[in-house]
Amino acid sequence: MYSKILILHFPPAVAQKAVVCYLTKKYDLLFNILGAKVSNSKDGYMVLEICGTRDNYKKGVRYLKNQGVRVSSAEQEIWRDTSKCTHCGACTAVCPTQALYVKRPEMEVIYDKDKCTVCELCIVTCPTRAMGLYSSKNTEDMLQ
Amino acid sequence: MGEFKVNKTYAEINEKIKSGKAVVVTAEEIIGIVKENGPVEAAAQVDVVTTGTFAPMCSSGAFLNIGQSTPSVRTTKTWFNDVPAYSGVAAVDSFLGATEVSINDPLNKIHPGEFNYGGAHVLQDLVSGKKVEVRAESYGTDCYPNRKIEKTMTLADMPQAIMCNPRNGYQNYNCAINRTDKTKYTYMGTLKPNMANANYCSAGQLSPLFNDPYLKTIGIGTRIFLGGTQGYVSWSGTQHKSDVQRGLNGVPLTPAGTLFVMGNLKEMSPEWLVAQSIRGYGVSLSMGLGIPIPILNEEMAKFTAVADEDLFTQVVDYGHDYPQAISKSYGQISYAELKSGTIMIQGQEIPTVPLSSMIKARKIAMLLKESIKNGSFLLGEPQHIF
Ligand code: SF4
Ligand code: SF4
Repeated sequence: MYSKILILHFPPAVAQKAVVCYLTKKYDLLFNILGAKVSNSKDGYMVLEICGTRDNYKKGVRYLKNQGVRVSSAEQEIWRDTSKCTHCGACTAVCPTQALYVKRPEMEVIYDKDKCTVCELCIVTCPTRAMGLYSSKNTEDMLQ
Repeated sequence: MGEFKVNKTYAEINEKIKSGKAVVVTAEEIIGIVKENGPVEAAAQVDVVTTGTFAPMCSSGAFLNIGQSTPSVRTTKTWFNDVPAYSGVAAVDSFLGATEVSINDPLNKIHPGEFNYGGAHVLQDLVSGKKVEVRAESYGTDCYPNRKIEKTMTLADMPQAIMCNPRNGYQNYNCAINRTDKTKYTYMGTLKPNMANANYCSAGQLSPLFNDPYLKTIGIGTRIFLGGTQGYVSWSGTQHKSDVQRGLNGVPLTPAGTLFVMGNLKEMSPEWLVAQSIRGYGVSLSMGLGIPIPILNEEMAKFTAVADEDLFTQVVDYGHDYPQAISKSYGQISYAELKSGTIMIQGQEIPTVPLSSMIKARKIAMLLKESIKNGSFLLGEPQHIF
């Protein structure tokens, strides 16, 4: 399963509901509307969490773009739930930027958020699911 | 016993523990003490050395008794949160294995699978005090007419819950590399192609069976730290081997001894029992294990003084060799090298990745040390040595 939070910008001519419903019908994607602003005369937008296979996700996004919807990714960050982290080190095998690294000699696993490029590799590699993707402030503000 | 200069019995050490006079140090602290004073003096000074390890122990599970229902049921199939438990035992008993996955899990259909929920997660939920959906079926008998039950239970609702690890505390383990050109998703973690990382899984100098290489003080009845409570060694573990190649210090150079351990799940804590979803491989359970080693004589002092630089393992290719059951080593390396962050294999510098938590292992050794010092943990004298 693949899941992403997207911001869809709708030009006035595009009917929001119909387009989004087709994501489920045509591409077997599940969506969860996290926020929306609908307007008939001006641009509207919608913040959607989309889940499905990676392939269908790509097709779905292409479909949206073909319908004239502007698609942008919500600003996202990777966080570590320190209460879940056991300092096993498994994530350091896949982190390409060394944002996750082992501090020696203590052998404590450190997460340096500044080095993270949100590649998401650690999320499914971490056996305790301590690493997670979160929307950053910008998206939160939009939702209010 | 005449061969040693220092001779202590379990009973004598336990007397000291009861009176609060026992000298207890961790397997890291003893290294310096023996180096400075020699094994004889160290043995005279120190009574117990504590060890610890925290890593995935796939061979884990629990016997869960769910209590009877009205009318009575002889459960022949049981599920906990949709994870099947083996029910070919007596009525309302079942064994929930840590690596069993939920019935709806897509497994490796889309490789590498995520394995988000399994037996280990049920066990973690139970020790966290969470409610679990229990479902069971039966074919019905005259004495047990009920064919189906469904109920929600917490660990406290279960009459018995016994943690049972048939293979725990592995004495040494391979260091895994991948010599193929594709990423491999193994129980030793993610292995990038062309030897881009080397994964190992042992607490090294803190690891229980590294500190008693011939299991001279560990046998049936040895009291241990298990999952946050006091448990016991109940047998030698599956795949236990003692006839292996050893270094001059007696420590095996390949995977060797294992222990069968048990404890009361009801007393365990989620800090020391953590479910693992290992990508592309499956579900496992990380358990906290700690064993106190009695310093009966100078020989035990010497054994417990091993340091990472004296402990060696083999580098094994999990890309090609291991799946084909080819036993070949690409080098013998010490845990000191592994913990340094890089090793050299065939002229290539490879970053190392630990899978065993030293932070947690150290904490276990410290907790065990404290509970022995304050008299709440007494040594269990082994009734049979393997
Ligand atoms: S998202 Fe990628 S870069 Fe960021 S910590 Fe995880 S693995 Fe490293
Ligand atoms: S893999 Fe997960 S639990 Fe292990 S050190 Fe990384 S973040 Fe912590």
